Amino acid sequence: MVIPLVPGGVPGLGARNLPTENPDGEEQNGMKMPPPDPNIIAKRRELVERLRAIVPGEGVIVDEAELRAYECDALTAYRALPLVVVLPSTTHQVSEVLKTCKEMGVKVVPRGAGTSLSGGALPLEDGVLLGMGKFNRILEVDYDNRCVVTQPGVTNLGISTRVADRGFYYAPDPSSQIACTIGGNIAENSGGVHCLKYGLTTNNVLGVEMVLMDGTVVRLGGKHLDQGGYDLMGIVTGSEGLLGVVTEVTVRILKKPATARAVLIGFPSNEQAGDCVAAIIAAGIIPGGMEMMDRPAIHAAEDFLHAGYPLDVEALMIVELDGPAAEVDHLIDRVVAIANDHGAVSARASTSEEERLLFWAGRKAAFPAVGRISPDYLCMDGTIPRKALPLVLSRMQELSERHGLRVANVFHAGDGNLHPLILYDANKPGELEAAERFGADILTLCVDVGGVLTGEHGVGVEKRDLMTHQFSKTDLDQQQRLKCAFDPDGLLNPGKVFPELHRCAELGRLHVSGGKLPFPDIPRF
Amino acid sequence: MGITTFKPATPEQLADAVRWALDAGEPLELTGTGSKRGLGRPVQTAYALDLSDLSGVVAYEPEELVLTVKAATPMAEIEPLLRGRGQHLAFEPPDLGGLYGQAPGGGTLGGVLAAALAGPRRLSAGSARDHFLGVAGVSGRAEVYKGGAKVVKNVTGYDVPKLMAGSFGTLTAMTEVTVKVLPAPEDTRTLLLHGRSDAEGIRALTDALHSPHEVSGAAHLPESVAERIPAVASARASVTAIRLEGFGPSVAARLAGLTADLGGIDGVLDRDESLAFWRAVRDVAPFRASNPDTDPLVWKLSVPPASGARVAEELALALGDVEFFFDWGGGLIWLATPRETDAAALRGTLAPFGGHATLVRAPEALRTAADVFQPQPAPLLALTQRVKTSFDPRGVLNPGRLFAGV
Ligand SMILES: Cc1cc2nc3c(=O)[nH]c(=O)nc-3n(C[C@H](O)[C@H](O)[C@H](O)COP(=O)(O)OP(=O)(O)OC[C@H]3O[C@@H](n4cnc5c(N)ncnc54)[C@H](O)[C@@H]3O)c2cc1C
Repeated sequence: MVIPLVPGGVPGLGARNLPTENPDGEEQNGMKMPPPDPNIIAKRRELVERLRAIVPGEGVIVDEAELRAYECDALTAYRALPLVVVLPSTTHQVSEVLKTCKEMGVKVVPRGAGTSLSGGALPLEDGVLLGMGKFNRILEVDYDNRCVVTQPGVTNLGISTRVADRGFYYAPDPSSQIACTIGGNIAENSGGVHCLKYGLTTNNVLGVEMVLMDGTVVRLGGKHLDQGGYDLMGIVTGSEGLLGVVTEVTVRILKKPATARAVLIGFPSNEQAGDCVAAIIAAGIIPGGMEMMDRPAIHAAEDFLHAGYPLDVEALMIVELDGPAAEVDHLIDRVVAIANDHGAVSARASTSEEERLLFWAGRKAAFPAVGRISPDYLCMDGTIPRKALPLVLSRMQELSERHGLRVANVFHAGDGNLHPLILYDANKPGELEAAERFGADILTLCVDVGGVLTGEHGVGVEKRDLMTHQFSKTDLDQQQRLKCAFDPDGLLNPGKVFPELHRCAELGRLHVSGGKLPFPDIPRF
Repeated sequence: MGITTFKPATPEQLADAVRWALDAGEPLELTGTGSKRGLGRPVQTAYALDLSDLSGVVAYEPEELVLTVKAATPMAEIEPLLRGRGQHLAFEPPDLGGLYGQAPGGGTLGGVLAAALAGPRRLSAGSARDHFLGVAGVSGRAEVYKGGAKVVKNVTGYDVPKLMAGSFGTLTAMTEVTVKVLPAPEDTRTLLLHGRSDAEGIRALTDALHSPHEVSGAAHLPESVAERIPAVASARASVTAIRLEGFGPSVAARLAGLTADLGGIDGVLDRDESLAFWRAVRDVAPFRASNPDTDPLVWKLSVPPASGARVAEELALALGDVEFFFDWGGGLIWLATPRETDAAALRGTLAPFGGHATLVRAPEALRTAADVFQPQPAPLLALTQRVKTSFDPRGVLNPGRLFAGV
């Protein structure tokens, strides 16, 4: 199903109007993108010419059928055809492209592999889509400094694969790792099942080269551990393509743990599972991975993969311990004991690598498994303080009934990152909208119990309008001022992350008055 | 010059003070307890903001791995609190008091974060920024705002706490900070190698870091430096030290494994000796202040780890009478140099290797005149200035503390 962000599509682009299911042309979802600027669209020919002068040959795409390949990322409910796609292959080209776009007032959306689940790489109809796919080379493997210097279009797994023969790997491991790029990982600050112990992307990046919207190239960090100056890399990581285009990345690599074993633990209630997680951490154990699934997710996964999951439990946990064999064996015993103390009805420790992988197979296939029991699903991504888990799960059940849609939960239990999968059928009128409303209710619930809207997938367009639930206007204004420091014209990936766009001049204005001290109650000496 | 000090007790009072500063056009120097006034460029203002009343634990939830405190909560209060629950700040924040001739145990968590200080475990556990989850504070626009969150995993909006780490109070007067806390290791051992040259020592550290034995500290101390640390002084030789931490059985197994991998070792520090040794490395004890009129300058160099020994060698050639030791597997060089050392010459020597140098201890006059922090290339400096302006358009918060004009 395709939903036009702007009814009627863009004039002047031939037969490219997106089908609309709503005859009166009204938008069907709440998420609006900035309206396309006809003046920009009118300059398309000039833009294309100028881009071709920078990126010759097939690097500039204008043909509608080819543009189609870029119309959405993994949040497929939102689509738009970009005005032009450009595929540069050098930092210099990126710089020239951005400079040209800035000169012409054209918006730019960077894109890696397009696996974003929040619509971060959703194109704009009056914008250039800047594909980083040609930046696909690993530039240097430096074992002595335990780092890899790479172009941003290399896949996450590509880095680990490259250093595997020497027993190294790149730690953050999003489930999409065969496809997603390291540039996209930086933009989203992506995580994975091992990030409680090994950190998110931000904790594993040493340096970036990045091009600002005015074409300036800056380098942050390097092979040394601390950047110096402001931690701009910390801001760029997780900035969802709004601050600059990353053209080179230095990541640290780690030696693979000597061994890994997993325990599969079943509980008769979510409360007991939640308590068990807390008890494991209170015992000083930080497992390599600690995942949880609720009943619907367990059943979907087991039906799909026959991993041997118990079906008579309400919650299933996979706790993986990794490290030296002596440590892993020692901790497995402790984890099993803790689980039994907390009412586990089954606790099986893997005794072989095959068995460990089988335990994981079901969890890793949870999304496709759910995809089998429902035509469509929305994957949510809130984080909560873990103690709120039982409350959140029971409220989610109520919400499920109210919205008339089923939900299955997989959960990075160690760090409180929930992935509720909302099941819906896009072909049934109104179901996507209901699913989105259900999703919004879940995320605001996460915030209300002290958590956040997104733990690893990013805000994008998906959660953009919920930002005001987590942040005050002052909080958001300050973040937007930061954006202004990088991109004063707001041309880089607009319409994402921030629910309202303000002009930088307006945001920068400062109202000072008087000059006397009207605050007599502040102690001073 | 008489200095007037504001001492707000609430974020609202703090905002009032900043608003006054904006109105009056009078910049403010921010201090927690003043323990790090010797670090960074001196701030010369007629008004000061003493944040020490913004102190106290707001929430400590060991099972959530999260601690929220008011920003000026003393480290001396936080450390025992965490220890009581078997936890710690994994980035091993140093106590640099000794470097400045102060008593140990000073400083606040806000100060540690603002200065982005991390100890030997930086290598495996990350730096202050990696554990900094949430912040609330007052910007240079006198606005109370928050960034980040109070949960361990969050990517909602820009990661503002990261930017606060290392900003030295030039962006925001922090009122409340949330950090990740982790289980403290049950046991600790340190393997020692004696008499290695700097290059051999760093090589051994690199080898250890390439092993699967999860090294959490990797330092090399030339003899003249090692002899100032009681736990290893008796070696009468250079000391290469490798730390293993974790559960008892794990540490024992790794100790055996690493000993074999290294082809034998010259000694092992037990738990208490290890703690004392790494505390000394962490706090730069070998360069402790003794006489403010003659103490050498102290620099902190962050370099690609494997080039540590060569950097030090070149610096010794270029600068003459220097002393140094290595942490972070060679990636951190603590360097003591004569007072007349030219910062530009030092940084010029460093340049081909990559990385940067911070002048961590120097008389005030020198810190005013020289670049304390590594000067940035023009485009980066311009960006830095715009970031500063986005938080503090009139430059009322710690102006010049980081760079002139920032
Ligand atoms: C099946 C599936 C499983 C997933 N599992 C996980 C998971 O376990 N953990 C997790 O964290 N995420 C997961 N994701 C989400 C997604 O894979 C990540 O967000 C990933 O980092 C996106 O990378 P990408 O290369 O596809 O980026 P894209 O989707 O192309 O872009 C994402 C964002 O990055 C920006 N961007 C891309 N490249 C650059 C660049 N070079 N410079 C500047 N900005 C850039 C874009 O503008 C956009 O805002 C999953 C997605 C799918 C489809």
